[in-house]
Amino acid sequence: MPRALRALRRGITAVVLVGLVLAPSAVDDYTVALLARTLALGLVAVSVALLTGVAGLPTLGQTAPYAAGAYASVVVGGQLSDVGLVHLGVAAAAGAALAAATVPLVVSARGVVVLMITLAVGELVVTIVGRWRSVTGGTDGLAGIPPVRPLWGLPVLATDRARYLYALVVVAVLVGVVLLVLRTRVGLLLRAGRDDEARLRASGHRVALHVAGVHVAAGAVAGAAGSLLVVAQQYVSPADFGFDTSALLLLAVVIGGTWSVGGALIGAAIVIASRDWLFGVLPGQAPLVLGLAFVATVYLLPGAGHRPPAVRGRLLPPALTRRPVPDRPSPTGVRA
Amino acid sequence: MAADLGFDPYLVPAVDGVAYGLLVFVAASGLVLCFGVADILNLAHGTLYAIGGYTAAALLDGGWSSLVLALAVGVAAATTAGALVAVLLTRAARRNHLTQALLTFGLALVGGSLLVSAFGPDQPPVRVPAALDGSVVIAGHRYAAYRLVFIGVAALIAGLLHLAVRRTRAGMLVRAAVDDAEMVAVLGVNPARVRVGVLAAAGALAGVAGVLGAPIIGPGPGTADVVLLLSLVVVVLGGLGSMGGTLLAALAVGQIQTLGVALAPSAAPFLLFAAMAAVLAVRARGLATARRAA
Repeated sequence: MPRALRALRRGITAVVLVGLVLAPSAVDDYTVALLARTLALGLVAVSVALLTGVAGLPTLGQTAPYAAGAYASVVVGGQLSDVGLVHLGVAAAAGAALAAATVPLVVSARGVVVLMITLAVGELVVTIVGRWRSVTGGTDGLAGIPPVRPLWGLPVLATDRARYLYALVVVAVLVGVVLLVLRTRVGLLLRAGRDDEARLRASGHRVALHVAGVHVAAGAVAGAAGSLLVVAQQYVSPADFGFDTSALLLLAVVIGGTWSVGGALIGAAIVIASRDWLFGVLPGQAPLVLGLAFVATVYLLPGAGHRPPAVRGRLLPPALTRRPVPDRPSPTGVRA
Repeated sequence: MAADLGFDPYLVPAVDGVAYGLLVFVAASGLVLCFGVADILNLAHGTLYAIGGYTAAALLDGGWSSLVLALAVGVAAATTAGALVAVLLTRAARRNHLTQALLTFGLALVGGSLLVSAFGPDQPPVRVPAALDGSVVIAGHRYAAYRLVFIGVAALIAGLLHLAVRRTRAGMLVRAAVDDAEMVAVLGVNPARVRVGVLAAAGALAGVAGVLGAPIIGPGPGTADVVLLLSLVVVVLGGLGSMGGTLLAALAVGQIQTLGVALAPSAAPFLLFAAMAAVLAVRARGLATARRAA
C-alpha cells in the first residue's frame, strides 16, 4: 500500500510539473506573470514550512530575508552583472546574512515568542525598506528593472513566458535541493529537535546549532525567492513584503499541512490564486472575505486536532491544553 | 536663556516623545497582558486600537460630553471585540500558536475591512475638546495643550494599571495565572474565564488608547498595523511580560520616534531597528528566562 501511495504521489507530482511547464501556452500573458509571482511566493512558503513545520519554529518574519533578497538582487546584483544566477546568489547571500543577524534573537526562543520576534523583525525590515529612499526608492518602489539572462551567453528573459519558465526551473531546483537535504540526517535531526528537544540535547546534539543552521538556510531560500520576485514582476516595492504577506504565507503553510514542503507550495498557490481572484471579483471586499477565510480555516481544517502541536517549547499553559502529563521529559520539561 | 543650554530646540520633540511613548505604553500594556497570561499573540490588537480611534473621530465634536461619550462607547466596543477574540480562540478546536496567529489575523482583516467600509478609506479628522484645542507655552515654546493633558492622563492610567495588577484581587489572579495556571485552576478559578477577562481588559486598554490617542496616532486604514508593530516592538524590548519594562521601552521608543528623528533625520528609519537589535542582542539569552519568571 505505501508503495502504491508513493507511486500515486509521484504520478501526481509528474502531472503537476508537466502542467506547470505547459501552463504558459494555455493562458494569457497576465496570468503567466501572476503565476511567476506565485512561484516566488511559493518558494518563500517553502522556507516558512522549513522553519515552521520541519524545525518547529513558527515564523511570521520570512518576508524580511525575502525583502532583503529582492532589494539586494536589484541594487547589488544589478551592478555586478545581468546574469540571473549571480542575482540569485547575491539575493540568497543577503537573505542568509539577514537571517544570520537575527539568529541570536531566535536561537533561544520557542513557540509564540518566535512568532512575536520574527513578526517584529519582518515589520521593521519593511519599515526600513519604505523609508530608505536613496537605495530602495521608498514606498514608490523601484521600477524599470532591466531584464536578466538566466546564464552567461543565454538571451535575456524578454517575455512573461520566459520569466515564468526561469522561475519554474529555479523553484524546482531549489525545492528539490531542500527535499533532498531533508531526506538526509539533517532532516532527521531537525524533526527530532522539533518533536523532543530535550532528548536530542541529552544525547549530545547541539540543538542551538541546528536551529541557527535551519534559520540561515531558510533565510537563503527566502532571499533567492526575492530575486525571483524581482525577475517575475520587474518591479519591487515594500507592499510586496507587508504584514499581510507574512500572514498569507503562514496560512499557505497551514493549509499545505505544515509538515510538508510540497504542501507549502500547493498551499501558497491556492492562497495566492484565491486572493488574486477575490481582488478581481470583489474589489474592496477582498480583505473581508480573506479574513473570514482565515477564521474558517482555523475551524474547518481537519486532522490536526489529535496531533500534538509540532512546535518546540510551550504553547499554552499546561492547564489550558488539558493534555495528560507525558511520562517522559517533554521539551517543556527542560525549557520551562 | 534656554537656547544657550543647547537642548532647547529638542525640548518640544522630547515632550512629544513622552506623549507618544505613554500612548504606545497604554496600547502595548494590553498586549503584555494577553501575552503574559494567556500566551496569546493577539494580532488583532492594533484593530482594537483602531476601533477606539474611529469612535473618537466619529463622536468627538469639540465638547467635553462628547469626549466622555466617545470614551464610553470606544472602550465598550473594544472590550467587546477583545472578549469576542477570546471566545473565538477558546472555541477553536486546535488551540496552538499557529491557530492563534491565523485566527487573530483573520479577525484583524475582517475588523479592518469593516471599519474601512463603515468610516471610509480616508483618515477622518479628530476634534479635541475646544478647551484643549489651543497651545500652551512651556519654556518659551508653544505646545499643544491636548498632548500635555494627555501625558498627565496616560501617566494616571499607567499608575492605575500598576495598582490594579499589584493590589486588586483580579490583578493577583492574573499574576497567579502567569506564574502557575494549573495551581490557579486547582484553587477553583476557571483559567478560561481568566483568559477571557484578560483579553477583554486588553481590549479596554486598547480602546482607551485609541480614543485618547486619536489626535496623536489618528485612525486610518494603516493605523492597526502601525499600533501593532509599535506595541510588539515595545513588548519585546520590555522583556516580554514585564509591565515596568514595557513602560521603559515605550518611553524609549517614543523618544526614538520624536527626538531621534529631530537629532538625526537621516538615520531615523534605522533607529528603532538598531535599538531593538541592540537590546535583543544584549538580552537575547535572558528573554526566554525572563519570560519564565514573568
